[in-house]
Parts: sequence; C-alpha cells; structure tokens
Amino acid sequence: MSDTFILDGREIPFAPGQTILQAAMAAGVYIPRLCYHPEFKPHGSCKLCTVKVNGRHTASCTYKAAPGLEVESNTEELNAERRTLVQMLFVEGNHFCPSCEKSGDCQLQATAYELGMMSPHFDHFFPDRPVDASHPDLLLDFNRCILCSLCVRASRDVDKKNVFALAGRGIGSHLIVNAASGRLADTNVALEDKAVQVCPVGVILRKRRGFAVPIGQRTYDKAPISGQARTTWQEEG
Amino acid sequence: MSFNLETAAHPEKLRRVAIDPVSRVEGHGKVTLLLDEQNKVHQVRLHIVEFRGFERFIQGRPYWEVPVMVQRLCGICPVSHHLAAAKALDRVLGVKHLTPTAEKMRRLMHYGQMLQSHALHFFHLSSPDLLFGFDSDVAKRNIVGVAEKYPETAKKGVLLRKFGQEVIRCTAGKRVHGTGAIPGGVNKSLSRAERDALLADIYRIVAWSREAVHLARELHTSNPALYNSFGIFRSNMLSIVGHNGDLDFYHGSLRARDDNGGIIFDGVDYQGYNTILEEEVKPWSYMKFPYIKSLGKEQGWYKVGPLARVQNCDRIPTPLAEAERREFIDYAGGTPMHAPLAYHWTRMIEVLHAAEVIKDLLHDDDILGNDLMTEGARQQEGVGVIEAPRGTLIHHYQVDENDLVTLCNLIVSTTHNNQAMNEAVRHVARRYLHGKEITEGLLNHIEVAIRAFDPCLSCATHALGKMPLEVELLDAEGRCLDRLAKHGDGRFYPGLGQGA
Ligand code: SF4
Ligand code: FES
Repeated sequence: MSDTFILDGREIPFAPGQTILQAAMAAGVYIPRLCYHPEFKPHGSCKLCTVKVNGRHTASCTYKAAPGLEVESNTEELNAERRTLVQMLFVEGNHFCPSCEKSGDCQLQATAYELGMMSPHFDHFFPDRPVDASHPDLLLDFNRCILCSLCVRASRDVDKKNVFALAGRGIGSHLIVNAASGRLADTNVALEDKAVQVCPVGVILRKRRGFAVPIGQRTYDKAPISGQARTTWQEEG
Repeated sequence: MSFNLETAAHPEKLRRVAIDPVSRVEGHGKVTLLLDEQNKVHQVRLHIVEFRGFERFIQGRPYWEVPVMVQRLCGICPVSHHLAAAKALDRVLGVKHLTPTAEKMRRLMHYGQMLQSHALHFFHLSSPDLLFGFDSDVAKRNIVGVAEKYPETAKKGVLLRKFGQEVIRCTAGKRVHGTGAIPGGVNKSLSRAERDALLADIYRIVAWSREAVHLARELHTSNPALYNSFGIFRSNMLSIVGHNGDLDFYHGSLRARDDNGGIIFDGVDYQGYNTILEEEVKPWSYMKFPYIKSLGKEQGWYKVGPLARVQNCDRIPTPLAEAERREFIDYAGGTPMHAPLAYHWTRMIEVLHAAEVIKDLLHDDDILGNDLMTEGARQQEGVGVIEAPRGTLIHHYQVDENDLVTLCNLIVSTTHNNQAMNEAVRHVARRYLHGKEITEGLLNHIEVAIRAFDPCLSCATHALGKMPLEVELLDAEGRCLDRLAKHGDGRFYPGLGQGA
C-alpha cells in the first residue's frame, strides 16, 4: 500500500477502492460525519464530511481516494460550513439535550461540541412529532431524527426486514415505519436487529434504560468525538 | 371567587384587575395593593411567574425521562424536582423501598441541595438586608457589601454553598441538571476518592453551619420588636415528617398543625395527598392556592418551608441541630412562632441539620455500595413528595402501558406558600403605607417580607439577589394611584418599563 494523498498537509496512505473518509479514519484522522457507517454503503446526505479536493467541495464519504490528491478538511472555512449544517439539524428537530437520554452518547451533540457550536443560531422549527411508544421494548422519538438513513440501510441490507423508510421530500422528509398502522409494534423489528443499534442520535431507544449510565462514564465524557477517530461503531463493526 | 381574608364589608367593590398574560414580564415580582373606600389596604396580590404549561410538556413523554426533564422547572433547586419525580416514578415501578445504597445516595444529594440552597438564600440574598437594615444604602446592601464589612461571614457563606454543590456533583454527576436518581434507584454510588474528598471538609462545614445558626439567632433575638412582628400573620403549617416525628427532608408522611400547634392531621400517606389538599384557582393569578380540604378555602391555607418544618416535627435527629431547635422553641415560648423573619433562623437550623446528616452519611459504607436498583410490580400511578428547601413539593404522575406519562400534577413549595406570602405583604403594607404614595421604604419592606419565604421566583437568582420588583396601588375604583419599581441594580423608577 504505497499510494498516498495529502490531507491538511499530512500524507495519508490508502488502499485501492477506499474513500477519502475511510482512508482518513484508518489513519486516525477525524473528519466530521453523521450519515456514514463503515458497514453500509455511503449515503452522502448529511454533507458534514465535506472536504475540498483540489479546491472543490465534495463529500469525503463518497469520493474515492487517489494518488496525489490535495485535500483540505480541518480548516476554518469548512468547519464554519459544517457548524451551520449542524445548527440547521438542531433547529429542524426538537433536540433538547439536557433531558435527552442519549446526551453524552449522541453523535449530533458530540459533533456540535467538536465544531464549537455555541447556540442554534437559527429560529427553531419546533415541529410537532409525537413519539411511537407502541412497541413493548423500543421507543421511537421522531423529534430527534436527522434523516441519516442508517436505520433504513441497516434494516434493509443487514436485517432484511425493511422496517424503516424515509418518506416525503425536502423539508417534508421524515422517517416512517413500514406497517399498515404505521406503528412499530406492528412490524417484525427485534431488539437484536442492526437497525436498532445504529441510530447516531436519540430516536431508536431501548425502553426503560435511559440515564442508567452516570455522567462521567458516557461515550463522549471520556473523549471527544474527534478523539475517537476509530469510533465505537467501527470497533463494533 | 370571593375570598374571606378580605376585611372589606363589600368585597365586590374592590375592583379586580385581570392581568393580561402577555403583559407579564418574565423574571420579576409584581405586587398589587388594593385599597378600600377608606384607603386602607384590603387585599394584596402577589403576581409571580409560575411554571405554566410544564405539566402538559411532560405528558406524552416516556417516564424515565421525567426526573431529568423536571429539573428545568427551577434554576435554584432542580435537585428537589429531580428527586420528587424519581420518588413518584419509583412507585410507578412498584418500588416502595430502595436499596440502602440508592436511598442514601439520594439523601446525600438532597441534603447537599438543602445546604447549598439555604446558604445561597441566607448569605447572598438575605444577609445584606438583615445585617445592614432594610432601608440602608442599596449600593452597600449586597453580598459585596457584606464581604467588605463581615469578610469571614461572607467567605463562609460562599464556601458552605460550594460544599453543597460539590455533594450534588458527586451524587448527580453535575452541579446542576445531573442524572443521579433514576426510577427504582440511582445510577451511581460514591467512589472512595469522592467520599474522602467530601469527608476532608465536612467538619469545618458543620462548624460553620453552627455559626450560621448563631448569627441568625442573634439577629433575631437582638431586635425582637422587629423580628417578632414584621409581616406577622398566623396560619396552619404543613410538612412531611419522618419516622417518629423526626425532621426529615427526604421521606415521611404528611402532618399539619393549626396556628396554635394543634394537630390537624398526622401520619397521612402522601399517595393520597389529593384527598386532604385542594387547589383553588383565582382569575388574577396563574399560581393556584392550595388549602386543607377539611378546613375549607378560607381557613385551610397554610405555610410550608423551614419555619413550618422545624415546628411541625417532634425532634431533629442530629444533636447539634436538635439543641438549636430546642432553643428556638424555648424562645418562641411554647407556642408556634409565626413571624416571617423567623424563617431565617429556622433555615439556618436546617443548614446545620443538613451538614450533620451529610457527615453521618459520609461515614456510612452503604454509599460506596454497588447495589443500585430495585424492581417491583408495575403500577399506573405514583406520587412523590419531598421537603424541598422552600417547602413541601408534590409530584404526581400517571403512566400508561406504553410507558408514556398521561397525567402530571405538581404542587411546588412556592405555591403552597402563596396565600401566606400575600398575607405577609398585606400586613407589611398596612403598617408601612402612609397616604396614597408608595415610598421606597415601603417597597423595600415588601421585598424583605417576600424574600423571607425564599420564593422561587425565576428572578430570585438574579445578580447579587436583587429581584426587580414593582408595587402598584389601586383605589377602590381600580384606579392606579401610584406605582414604583426597583430594578435589579437597586435603583427606583416610576414603573418597570422605565429607566433601565
Ligand atoms: S432514526 Fe436515527 S438512524 Fe434512522 S434516519 Fe433517523 S437519525 Fe438516522
Ligand atoms: S458522512 Fe458524508 S455526507 Fe454524511
């Protein structure tokens, strides 16, 4: 593996077929991302992983690494753009970190900290999204969905169940449950399903477990998300 | 909604003013004094910002989120809401007894909270008034002034509060808005290092707390003419009391006494609180007026908080605080003390008790244990009651079979004291209002009376504890005769809209 490209002035080796993001992760370099998961085909939708390749914006989770590329990632300009994207995600849903059980384990929150987001900046949409608590062991809190489609991909590609889907377009996009009633209880979802494990935020939750891990022992209490370049996902995956 | 505390022969002639919800300014207190035809104060209305709508916000949420979420209710004593909710939800999980570690961790958290909240109130908010006088120079009447003139007192006050916050951090994970209590138990116990760090300071804390009681006692006993009568009114008293009638802030059964100290009810299981308490709604206030059902709205109102608790219990189960309680009871002369300024003295007795309990808990190895959770048979309903720094706090929830909250009812301490505070202000206004003008002196005195109750106005934590306050005077026709406001900077303006 002798091929390399340049990321923020540093030489990064890559294997044939790897994307810029994959090569960076393998080299322990953090590039912000929310819709990427090493086990699934990149989706390229959150745009947080956007870098500049030879001066042009592109999503690093889909762009294949090639010898000699000049890639910028950790720059003021790109981080400011990423911060704006995260702010938009925060105001689009109802992300109330202080009472969210995913706080401290949430990638959206950890990424916001990483990017130095101090406030949501934009007006909140305050959408009205009731939770789906129909399933005996799982809760769906749609208020926090960032439409990363990871649960959709996991359910379709790994669990082979198609429990989740994204419906609607643009600002009307939303997560739906694949049952005539629209309720999770009426699907064949199971606790062991991959789809139940992958949500980067606090939408798909095991019931009655919230807040069992004390502050100080949660994922991002120990190290910031950038310090976990090999993320917990990757270790699991 | 005629209300008989009114002394007017024809209350219908007292014009009532509806306060438009949108015109209320968040974060200040507003007092309306209503005069009768002889221009005597007949009624007082204290308008304070309350947690409207919070109950509905909780409905539809999963129950395990509630103890964390309710902490947003109050910036000063979030731990009390955290624990009251957790206690209610223990019952929903069918848990009546926590593991020893869980119960002691929660107690530790709560007594830490009591210490920090009471210290904040006494040293930061009230000691300036009490040490310098209610009419003294506003520029000096603050914690900075106290620090200059009484540096040791101010320093100890700050450190007492800090210690309480540190106890909270070790038990809840954070100084504010932690997560320690979860339905059925707690999520952590103390590490040895945490325990030892707290132990290193606790004896000093107990000693300083004792000094604080003595300071409060001295202020009171050296000026009985003022302290025994300022804003005085007689009322019933309510609190929970622990085992054997002990003072207990974390758990017990409901007891109420009348103004002479006679028992109205005792040993009442708070799961049935709504069979003995009722809440009245009045059109001019968002805050409800609770009363003891058996006595009716006119006779049934009561006070809560330190002054009620210290006189409601039979004893304090720690020796130093018990000695101070006896001294207080002796001073009162064997009959209940009703003077609002006596809240300060009893509040400091409670600080001492909290410090002693913390000391004992730190010496108990259960707080290092690993057995954190209990399970039980799932119920649909639960009530949790705790003695918060400001008084009895009631949380009541119903939870459906999908684990979502379907009903939430809260009665917070300041609400219990609602009528009592109105009464205190009425007495002060009657004594200090001369003519038809609101003087700075009158406004200062009203402020001192309100503050004695330590109400959790959202503004009570404003910088240096100076709450913006507006007082208006209405005649029998409802015309505004005068209006005076004091801003957070201590300066006076003709109204809150002006100046600043
Ligand atoms: S539920 Fe979670 S995993 Fe699924 S699309 Fe929404 S944020 Fe992504
Ligand atoms: S991680 Fe690349 S677009 Fe989301």
